[in-house]
This record gives sequence, structure tokens and C-alpha cells, in this order.
Amino acid sequence: MSMQAASTQIASRATAIIDEMKALEGPLLPILHEIQEEFGHVPAETLPIIAKALNISNAEVHGVVTFYHDYRNHPAGRHVLKVCRAEACQSMGGDAIAAQISQALGIGFHETTKDNSVTLEPVYCLGLCACAPAAMLDGEVIGRLDADKIEEIVQEVRS
Amino acid sequence: MTVTIYIPRDSGALALGAEKVAKAVAQEIETRGLDAKIVRNGSRGLYWLEPMVEVATDAGRVAYGPVTAKDVASLFDAGLTSGGEHKLSLGDPEKIPFLAKQTRLTFARCGITDPLSLEDYRTHGGLKGLENAIAMTPADVVKQVTDSGLRGRGGAGFPTGIKWKTVLDTTADRKYIVCNADEGDSATFADRMIMEGDPFVLIEGMTIAGIATGATKGFVYIRSEYPHAVATMQKAVEVARKAGVLGVNVMGSPNAFDMEIRVGAGAYVCGEETSLLNSLEGKRGIVRAKPPLPAIQGLFGKPTVINNVISLASVPIVMDRGAQHYKDFGMGRSRGTIPIQIAGNAKHGGLFEAAFGLTLGEIVDEIGGGTVTGRPVKAVQVGGPLGAYFPRSLFDTPFDYEAFAARDGLIGHAGITVFDDTADMLKQARFAMEFCAIESCGKCTPCRIGSTRGVETIDKIAHNIEPEKNLALVTDLCNTMKFGSLCALGGFTPYPVMSAINHFPEDFRPTPVAQAAE
Repeated sequence: MSMQAASTQIASRATAIIDEMKALEGPLLPILHEIQEEFGHVPAETLPIIAKALNISNAEVHGVVTFYHDYRNHPAGRHVLKVCRAEACQSMGGDAIAAQISQALGIGFHETTKDNSVTLEPVYCLGLCACAPAAMLDGEVIGRLDADKIEEIVQEVRS
Repeated sequence: MTVTIYIPRDSGALALGAEKVAKAVAQEIETRGLDAKIVRNGSRGLYWLEPMVEVATDAGRVAYGPVTAKDVASLFDAGLTSGGEHKLSLGDPEKIPFLAKQTRLTFARCGITDPLSLEDYRTHGGLKGLENAIAMTPADVVKQVTDSGLRGRGGAGFPTGIKWKTVLDTTADRKYIVCNADEGDSATFADRMIMEGDPFVLIEGMTIAGIATGATKGFVYIRSEYPHAVATMQKAVEVARKAGVLGVNVMGSPNAFDMEIRVGAGAYVCGEETSLLNSLEGKRGIVRAKPPLPAIQGLFGKPTVINNVISLASVPIVMDRGAQHYKDFGMGRSRGTIPIQIAGNAKHGGLFEAAFGLTLGEIVDEIGGGTVTGRPVKAVQVGGPLGAYFPRSLFDTPFDYEAFAARDGLIGHAGITVFDDTADMLKQARFAMEFCAIESCGKCTPCRIGSTRGVETIDKIAHNIEPEKNLALVTDLCNTMKFGSLCALGGFTPYPVMSAINHFPEDFRPTPVAQAAE
């Protein structure tokens, strides 16, 4: 597919999402969530389309997309591993666990492995504070992380 | 008769393997040809026993835990379906001391019922509060909530009834009920447990708030880190709508009320109410200056009740049993019960709902059982990342809004993180500043710049660079942040920092450089 055709396709898929959701009260965040769900990130070319549809400026949309930690401007790896770095997990050795995970995957936080298999991200609390240290792999929650569970995670993202 | 087996779908239980347990149980039921069904309940909140499997027997519920998938076959061999003895037997769950000592008002049904069965909800006392509210005038509903002494459980402790009265008294063509479910504080999970374990109580509470204030639309703003809570709430809203609990005629009355579930996007500051309102409107989650109060000009400029999940989920019991019943629990100006969340390095971590007034020591040492690592408790952080660190010497502090404030701390959303003696309080103080820097919305200077300078200055102390001078600088900086920030993020970050410095000065002293022992 040519670059132009790909871009046109993104525009039409984004427009369909916007049309479906713009009647909501305060539609911007729901639209952005849906666009990220569709494309795995919020493609730059969708921002002016959203702005026009909602009758707000490009700068406003840009401001919102960049304010929130969840929105990505490029796709993540095939798996996304979020490791909790907050206090309750710290109290259970979370910092050491985070370092072990980082080492096992060979990447730091906010990074993606070269084979694009996994993106490692910090998260500040998953509400699993009585089962610390905790993490979330592709939306699945994991508590009481230890060496064995880290090994399982590494196996899963590499498979 | 079909036997009911309860296996929690609470995130905490799932994180400990409840899904695999449920699959194994379903498998055993099928291969053994048993007449049994599985109900995915919420959690009772005894997380060291999760996944906790329960069976309804003629003699009541019998619990087993913590169950792993590997234990399932042997549980059936031991006669699980009739409550047979097994090494994981816990007996009657209500008799487990951690649960027996609680006063469960808000969490009365959590972990007991099927979260998505409205029939279960009714059988266990649900919707009575709403029925009573419908039969009363809005002013009387507001009065009852005010008289109960219920205060905002999100952390600020503002009287819920007063907020509602302002919205009721403000005339507008449209009013909103917003539920703050952006539970971002580490050590807290009470909102998550209610949304996953008893979502109808929140829907009922919000509907009562709507009827009491004349609002017809509600929003629940749930953080994106809680996908299971989002899914359960969405399903519960659909069930409630189908049953006529939500809609143009709430329970057949002339009152209209409906609601939407909205998902946050990973910004801690959106737990601040005005920032949350901006986020709902589709803006950056920047804090708004007050006044105007959200009760007068809130969501889309309309009068808005914005309450925490637990505040709203406590309203049905107030409307069911009456203001006096709720008010009779508690101490001083802290009335009713508070769901305390014991977290981190606690032997018995979980949710403990009790009347206000227990001392911190009772909660940490007796109920929480000390640390899971078996080492001495060095400090506990109360109230999340913006709460103070308390040393053992302050463990006589009673759990009460004013008592904590008097000791330069706060209850916040009632989460307690337990740390053992390996904790380095300088590191914790640094983290408080770092977290503030990561999550600051950027609107006000003390928070935006102060947090970054705070990290740098604490790093200097750690590296023994003019420690006395830099400690004085951090103290001064905290003072500026406390009094000069627009909201609690910058304004309360000094609590963990200063409490660490004041209560654990030894951690901030330069460490003598080890001499080579040659």
C-alpha cells in the first residue's frame, strides 16, 4: 500500500470513530481511547481530523494527547508490561523486582525491546497494594511478583 | 440441589491466580458430573487468603484459602461441595477474626453476593435506601445525609450533605453527579473493591444523590489502571438500566437519572476534583482555581456533586437505616465507618471496615499482624503518596480526621502502607518529590518547579553535599509548596517529606564513609 493510501485509510477509520462518539458529552477522551484501541497509538494525522470534527484547535487536541500518560504517539511492542513503582510495592522490594525485570528483558522503563516483543512501563498503583509487588501484562493483573513469576512473564513475552 | 461455589473475580484475587482456580473448579465439576455452579463474587478483602473459595452449605458458607489451581482436585476429593475438611479449610469466613472484628456497613455485601445480580443485591438489603429517598422530599434526603455526619471519603473529609445542599439550592437547567473513581493513591483499593464486588451500591448512591439534588445525569470517572472495575461497572449500569433502576422513571418514580462510565488516561492529578472535571470535559487535567465551587459551577459550568466512590456507596445504608444508625459509629467529628486498607509489607493485608477511633497501633500490629517479612515495623505511610510517614512512637494516634491533622498527617483515602526496618526514609522522601514532579499538572509553580528542585536537593543530602544547609532548604521549599500550591498534589507532598525528615532524622544524616579495612 502506498503511503498516501495508508494515510487515507487511517483518516477514514478515525472519522468513523469520531462520528460514532462525538455526540457524547465531553467526547475527546473517549474518542482518543477508541483511536488508540484501533491503531495501538494515536497517529499524528488523526489530530487535525479530531480538532475539525469537535470544532476545537489543533493545539488543544495536541495539548490533551500529550498531557495524559496513556496516549502513545507511536505503537508499543506486541506486549505491554506495566510494573508498579509506587510505595506499597516499594515496601515489598518493588525496586529490586523492577530492576530484575528490566535486566531480564534487557530494556529500561519507557523502552521497547529491539524485536518489538515488549514495552516496559512504570505504573503508579494498580490497586493491588495488599498483593505487592504488582504488575500488569496486557491488561492481566499479576500480584506478589517473585523470581518465578518474572521468569513466567519473560517466557510469555518472548514466545 | 445445585451447590454454589464462590470464586472471586476481584482484581486482587485474579492477580493471585483466581482465574486458573475457576477454570480448574469448572473442569472438576464437569468431569465429576456434579450439580454445582460457580459464582464469581467480589473479594471479602482478606488478601493473604486470596484466592478464597467459598461454598454455600446447609450450615452456611464454608471458606478455603489461599487456593491454587493445584489444590482444586484435592479439595473436591475432600468433599468441597459439602464443606468437607481440607488443609486449606478456613471454616465459616465470618468467624475469621479479621472479618469478625469489622463493622461492615458500606462493604456489607462485598464478597458475599454475585456483583452483577440485582436479585442478589435486593435480597441482601439493596435498593431500600433508594426506595426511601424516592418517598422523601429532596431537602429531607439532603438533611438525612447531613445528619449522618458522612464526610468525603476521598481524603478531604468535607461533609457530604453540605456539598449536596449547595447543589440542591443552586438553580440550573442541568445538574450532574460525578463519582471520583480515580483512586490513584498507593495503598488504596477500597473503591476498586466496591466497583468490582458490589457495583449496584455505587449506582444506588449516585441515584439517591441525583434525586436529592435535582441532577439527572451521572458520570463515574474510573482510572484506566482498573480495567476490571471499568468492565464490571459498565455491565452493572446496563443491568440497572434494563431493570428500571436507572432511566427516565427511576424505580417507577417520576425521577429521571442515568449515568455513564468514563475512563481516565493515566494522570494521577485527575483524582483532584477540578482536574477530574476538566478531564471529563475533554480538556487537559489541569487544576481549576476555586471559587467557583464545583457545587455551583462544576462540570460544563453546571452545579455538580463530586464525591468519592466510598462516600456515595455509603449513602444507601444511611438512607436505609437512618442518619442516627450511621452516626452512632465513630468518634468526635468523624462519624460512621471507614474502610481501612492495610497494604504493603503487612502480614494480614486487606480491607478492614471499622468505626473511626481505632489506634494506628491496633490497626498495624494487631489487625495487620505486623510485617510479612517478620521484621520490625519501622514506619507506616497513611493516606497515600501525599500522606505522612508515622513512626512507632505515634502509633497511639486514633483513626480520626482531626487526630491525624493534629499530628501533621492525614487519613486521606484511609490506605496504610507498612514498611519494615529496611526502609530508607530519605529514599521515601525523595520518591514523594519525584512522584509530584512526574504527576504535576504544571499549572502552579510551587508544585511544578518545587518538586524537581526537591528531588535535586534531597539528592545533595544523600551525597553529603552541605547536608545541614540543604535540609534547611528542603524545609523551606516544603513550606512554599504547602502554602503556595493550588491543590493537594503540591500542597500535601510536604507531608511525606517533612514527616520522614522529622521522625527519622537518622536517615538524613550523612553516612560515615567506610574506611578500607586494610
